[in-house]
Amino acid sequence: MLTLTSPVEIWAHQLPAGVKLGLLALATMGLFAISTPLPLALAALAVAALYASGGARFAITGLRLLRPLWPFLMIVGLWHLWIADLPGGAVILLRMMAAVALANFVTMTTRLSDMIAVFQTLARPLRLLGLSPRRLAIALALVIRFIPVMLDRLTQIAQSWRARSHRRLGWRVLVPATLAALDDADRAAEALRARGGAD
Amino acid sequence: MERNLTHIALFAALIAVLGLVPQITLAAGVPITAQSLGIMLCGTVLGAKRGALAVLLFLALVAAGLPLLSGGRGGLGVFAGPSVGFLIGFPIAAFTAGWIMERTTLSPGLAATAASVIGGIGVLYVFGISGLAVMLDKTLPEAAFIAMAFLPGDILKAVLAGMITQSLARMRPASLLSRG
Repeated sequence: MLTLTSPVEIWAHQLPAGVKLGLLALATMGLFAISTPLPLALAALAVAALYASGGARFAITGLRLLRPLWPFLMIVGLWHLWIADLPGGAVILLRMMAAVALANFVTMTTRLSDMIAVFQTLARPLRLLGLSPRRLAIALALVIRFIPVMLDRLTQIAQSWRARSHRRLGWRVLVPATLAALDDADRAAEALRARGGAD
Repeated sequence: MERNLTHIALFAALIAVLGLVPQITLAAGVPITAQSLGIMLCGTVLGAKRGALAVLLFLALVAAGLPLLSGGRGGLGVFAGPSVGFLIGFPIAAFTAGWIMERTTLSPGLAATAASVIGGIGVLYVFGISGLAVMLDKTLPEAAFIAMAFLPGDILKAVLAGMITQSLARMRPASLLSRG
């Protein structure tokens, strides 16, 4: 499966994932502490410079990741034009773009396995609540493995629907899909138990 | 114990798959992604605790960098964006739906619809709208106005969650772990 990690390797790929996450947390808190347009514009410029340091292809991919923000950009932009509060709108939009872009930058420069390793370290205290690191690792691996399996299954169910009905694909296909997930879960549990269990 | 683990994992995968398949026409020819339907089903089928854990597992993989949210969104950026409130609300919505499902004695279909409306819409919107208000610096009514665009689709999904849960209960009563 595709991840959001950038195939274009840049300098930030070399930094440890934990360091990047820590810096991201600090920088995001900083962004939300600023409430005047000029410093935020500088911050946004700094984030843009981070992307530029990765080259054109890297920067374009990063820009594409900001696309889901469009509707919010429109709504907030028009709203603040309407109430004639441009600095207020600029603060909100600059902060939003900078915060999201910075977080995306960390995602783009960190491998999935490195990120999951950090999560597992962070989840270690949860052992006291009964979540062993091994169980978490098995669960994560199961999800990643079963997403393509279930996607194939849903495609098959959709095909058999189309072969039998002239109507458009409806919600009814979700019943066998859910049932298949429940069956897969039972079978995976048996397989896991046969191999020595989850603990 | 293994069964709990695999059910949580498989339903996390189900949420992801429902977000990746956009072409299902749910009703009246409006194609909407079924991701929040997956959140509701986690609660109504798996119950409160397992349902919430399945959603958390799904969100962990999104945060780790898999583009599993509807529209191919993912990564850490979505947790810094305006809709973060909805993401925070997801596991709590599934927990609430499951909690209601476990406690009512209504028929599974009716109970699941009610649980999905209360958990998957009521609770989810409280978190989602608060998130929008904070991130976009708007008042709660203004933020609620933005969120209303999603309300018709979500009501439809709550009804569908009820019908799917009903079908599961009829086809295989033991499959509803929330009623175990």
